Amino acid sequence: MQFGIFTVGDVTVDPTTGREPTEHERIKAMVAIALKAEEVGLDVFATGEHHNPPFVPSSPTTLLGYVAARTERIILSTSTTLITTNDPVKIAEDYAMLQHLADGRVDLMMGRGNTGPVYPWFGQDIRQGIPLAIENYALLHELWRNDVVDWEGRFRTPLQGFTSTPRPLDGVPPFVWHGSIRSPEIAEQAAYYGDGFFANNIFWPRDHFVRLINLYRDRFEHYGHGTREQAIVGVGGQVFMRKNSQDAVREFRPYFDNAPVYGHGPSLEEFTDQTPLTVGSPQEVIDKTLTFRDSFGDYQRQLFLMDHAGLPLKTVLEQLDLLGEEVLPVLRTEFAARRGADVPAGPTHAALVARRDEAAAESAANESAPAL
Amino acid sequence: MAQPVKLVVVSAGLGKPSSTRMLGDRLAEATGRQLLDRGVEADVHTVELRDVAVDIAHNLVTGFPPPGLRAAIETVTRADALIAVTPIFTASYSGLFKSFFDVLDNSALTGKPVLIAATGGTARHSLALEHALRPLFAYLRATVTPTSVYAATGDWGASAGAGDDLAARIARAGGELADLAAGLPRAAAAPAAEFEEVVPFAEQLAALRRG
Repeated sequence: MQFGIFTVGDVTVDPTTGREPTEHERIKAMVAIALKAEEVGLDVFATGEHHNPPFVPSSPTTLLGYVAARTERIILSTSTTLITTNDPVKIAEDYAMLQHLADGRVDLMMGRGNTGPVYPWFGQDIRQGIPLAIENYALLHELWRNDVVDWEGRFRTPLQGFTSTPRPLDGVPPFVWHGSIRSPEIAEQAAYYGDGFFANNIFWPRDHFVRLINLYRDRFEHYGHGTREQAIVGVGGQVFMRKNSQDAVREFRPYFDNAPVYGHGPSLEEFTDQTPLTVGSPQEVIDKTLTFRDSFGDYQRQLFLMDHAGLPLKTVLEQLDLLGEEVLPVLRTEFAARRGADVPAGPTHAALVARRDEAAAESAANESAPAL
Repeated sequence: MAQPVKLVVVSAGLGKPSSTRMLGDRLAEATGRQLLDRGVEADVHTVELRDVAVDIAHNLVTGFPPPGLRAAIETVTRADALIAVTPIFTASYSGLFKSFFDVLDNSALTGKPVLIAATGGTARHSLALEHALRPLFAYLRATVTPTSVYAATGDWGASAGAGDDLAARIARAGGELADLAAGLPRAAAAPAAEFEEVVPFAEQLAALRRG
């Protein structure tokens, strides 16, 4: 089980002070948060990709490359990489380059992006969102697996004898997750390739995501990648903690009430009741996170949203200390104790290389076996 | 006897008591009576939008229905026939009425028999039913009865038997809804489970290649 954080990269006014950080401050804060994530023992740091204000992370591989140079152990990922508006050739190149620089500590999560006006800025059309996600990913998948690619599709110029460079590290492409909030087509796509499926989970009631994840698990098994229990699932979460539950609620309420996406709507109490948001003590965070396994089954990656809605950097770093000191050790022990015997661990470059080598050894053994 | 018709009244009335709710009740009673004439019982449920008004606003903000609203949406989605009644505000249906149908899935009413009705201070607004409500339900692909019922303040006190009075219009509309509802197989209106049908990935890819 891997634990990490994912950031949207929003520039939001701190509602308690009225102060809005500059883009420069926010970008540097994202780096500080990533470094802190490694320091407190988290396994994954993932950044969003956005091309419109109030968001800053338009260039994820630049950010992640910088973080890679200053960290040793943490996996660098995305939440999400826009498979619709980015040229899949450029994604193949950028993330293979990052994978080399980070010595394999890279994976990424595909997403479509739900902001209509962004699409035409990159020559695309949101009405083609699902077909773009399907075709572009099919090309990306091929570019990372075949040294020379001939390609013709609907959405980009054809390729003839094209080689995407650099080739993936050790000949093994970065692991890919597919994130979706509501589209069964994307769960089907993840299952078809045997890739991971990530349920954002944070803003909506969980029974919705239970149906999506169950669909993915069924189809993963259908396509012969393993049993439905062995499918690779990631889940989002959102927490705010203080030692005392009441302090957490009092401090977080103004950020909740004014948050982009759900602010000015239901009360904090209603929202924590109806969605996976937890505002309370570390023990409450532990208890609620463990219930995710009851809903979704054994899963491989838990990402928390910790740094949005205008929370100051100092507060976010304190949150990460609490997460690392009070929550993480217990969650690691508890999830490990509950995990089924045949359930794979979270994906790493080393594990993917080992799996590739095992498969090669197996097929070599079969070929050399005497015919009966 | 055949399985009962699940008849649901959606009332956007705000007062307690409300003339909009009262019109909904009388339409339900007229429909139920005429269903009985056709040998079918009516199982009547009423959804008062006033009770879920705050939930509807939350759904608009968060994108998902709180539990109370979710129950109301399920009641309406599973109905065999619907009576939708709104007060006329500022020349059209009320904002609350429209917001409820905005948060319904846009296939929830497909093929469902619907009787539309409205209340207002003066009969001058009666064509709002034809200009506003009928296109709304046409968009949702519901089957709307030819007769819609508008009750102005004056209608409630008018004497019965004066030709096309309110009681006669209620009876005619109820008969039309009963005809539509009695002819439908029951429980067929239940919505398909979410994600029940997935297009296999190979077909999704092939569709692009054919493109």
